[in-house]
Amino acid sequence: MTVRPAGTTRPAGTVRPAGLRAGWLAGGVVAVLIALVAGLAFGSVSLPPAGVAIELLNLIPGVHLHSGLTEREVAILTELRLPRVVLGLLVGGLLALAGAAYQGVFRNPLADPHLLGVAAGAGLGVTAVISLRAGTSGDATANLPVGVPVAAFAGALLAVALTWLLGAAGGRDRSPATLILAGVAVSSFLAAGQTYLMQQHVDTLREVYSWLLGRLATAGWHDVLIVLPYAVVTAAIVLSQRRELDVLTVGDEEASSLGLHPQRSRYLLIVAASLGTAAAVSVSGLIGFVGIIVPHTMRLLAGPSYRSILPLSVLFGGAFLALADLLARTAGGQAEIPIGVVTAFFGAPFFIVVLRRSRGAGTP
Amino acid sequence: MIRVRDLRVRLDGNLIVDGVDLEVADGEWVMVIGPNGAGKSTALRAIGGLLPATGSVEVNGVPIERMPRRKRATTIATVAQNPAVPPAMRVLDYALLGRTPYIPPLGRESAADLAAVEEVLESLDVARFASRRLETLSGGERQRVFLARALAQGAGILLLDEPTSALDIGHQQEVLELIDRLRAERGLTVLATMHDLSTAGEYADRMVLLAEGAVVAAGTAREVLTEENLAKHYRVRVRVIEGEHGPLVVPVRG
Repeated sequence: MTVRPAGTTRPAGTVRPAGLRAGWLAGGVVAVLIALVAGLAFGSVSLPPAGVAIELLNLIPGVHLHSGLTEREVAILTELRLPRVVLGLLVGGLLALAGAAYQGVFRNPLADPHLLGVAAGAGLGVTAVISLRAGTSGDATANLPVGVPVAAFAGALLAVALTWLLGAAGGRDRSPATLILAGVAVSSFLAAGQTYLMQQHVDTLREVYSWLLGRLATAGWHDVLIVLPYAVVTAAIVLSQRRELDVLTVGDEEASSLGLHPQRSRYLLIVAASLGTAAAVSVSGLIGFVGIIVPHTMRLLAGPSYRSILPLSVLFGGAFLALADLLARTAGGQAEIPIGVVTAFFGAPFFIVVLRRSRGAGTP
Repeated sequence: MIRVRDLRVRLDGNLIVDGVDLEVADGEWVMVIGPNGAGKSTALRAIGGLLPATGSVEVNGVPIERMPRRKRATTIATVAQNPAVPPAMRVLDYALLGRTPYIPPLGRESAADLAAVEEVLESLDVARFASRRLETLSGGERQRVFLARALAQGAGILLLDEPTSALDIGHQQEVLELIDRLRAERGLTVLATMHDLSTAGEYADRMVLLAEGAVVAAGTAREVLTEENLAKHYRVRVRVIEGEHGPLVVPVRG
């Protein structure tokens, strides 16, 4: 136990209310910029980071600076690496934001974006499309069938809808506990279906696993454009409820006595977070860890208010995933490491360090 | 003022509150007493508009169910029996939750909101804890912070469910004196449930005895706290002794 120094007990007038601090916001923006430049500069061909930064500025209409990069290098940058890095930022930001929203809505620190059956639904959809396709073969990581994102998205949303319907079994109010239990039941049911399909089609196991472990290999800007609208809508809705999430921490009845509609906020957040997660899963597969660890790290470092956790999760979640993807495609030599392996391998020890350091120190 | 007529509340099909009538005049402190399971807390929650109920609850002449939530939150403030203590939340931020009905959607707290909260924290002598986490405070300090959050709502009516149940007798007295002082200073109307009969009687303008969901006695402490009433509804043998500020109830062995 650390004993609090006397100086931390201050009169009310000198204490600022919780909220997003400018320093943390700036830190998040810097993290995103670092991830962006590093993700663009490093890979099978390394480019000078300064040149990369100048080329990024050139993307702004009206700016024409000389970067010193060859035409081929510029093409690698804008056509291959930039969409992939941007997708990493989007998916990471979405997963972290959805995870933070679920943790607030369910007042459960273990809630993650896949809680209500999104993962199992997407998994079954993708397994079905891969398994039932007439036996084509090829490089498992590069050539997933075109129907995969659609199947993942549809499966994910169907699973959440099913959880939602089942959640009414315990009464029309759909308490957080009932919804979580319904999610567990739906996930188990769909996972059983997926396992059955995989057993029946062992020849496609490799492809299914490659998807399950998560991947950001893209076909140019196409995937980015698929995810972008969902990311915008999800972020707008979830961020609009940031103060409501803080009030919800005192419980539904008290939140209601303070003038809120707790149930309305909860439904809105669940729909938005599920939609965003489904969109992320449809292009990137099941990337675990980001949605649970990034929000907790933000909570430990910048305080328990959702007014700072939510926006910081978007920025740091995006930066974290983009950097994890950089490692995934460079650390393993020729073969890419599945990104889910990287996020867990580097994220877990980092989180332990943050957890140990924050213990007793008293987050603000 | 509060006017309750024929209030009935069902929870999971069981009739918990069965036709309660009661009135609380402006500036009055009414204590609701009754044995465990009499429906005190449930009635209080329904009066605050937090549970669906039949009958009528009028607050300042307006039916509670017709009040928009934000308006309701600036008219009635409730302190639950065991309010949740959000992990890692600081005292200042907790008290600021009381300003929720004044903060527009997507907005943030204004300087006026902050000033109102600081005034309340000063008044309850918890301003020095402003930057402390709520969970690090003692029971008595916490109870004052819960009250601060309710007062920050700027409502004229306070509903308190067992405000002293977690406190030792010293802190019980301290909190009740505090409520009495705030009531005088701010012209508050208070409706509270209490377990300790003697203490409830000392602070109450009027008392209401609830048993099996219905009002079985109402009036001054002297009228309600009688040996007959308590024997009948609490199934207890007591001696009622005349005290300085009202009757004192002493249980005696049967």
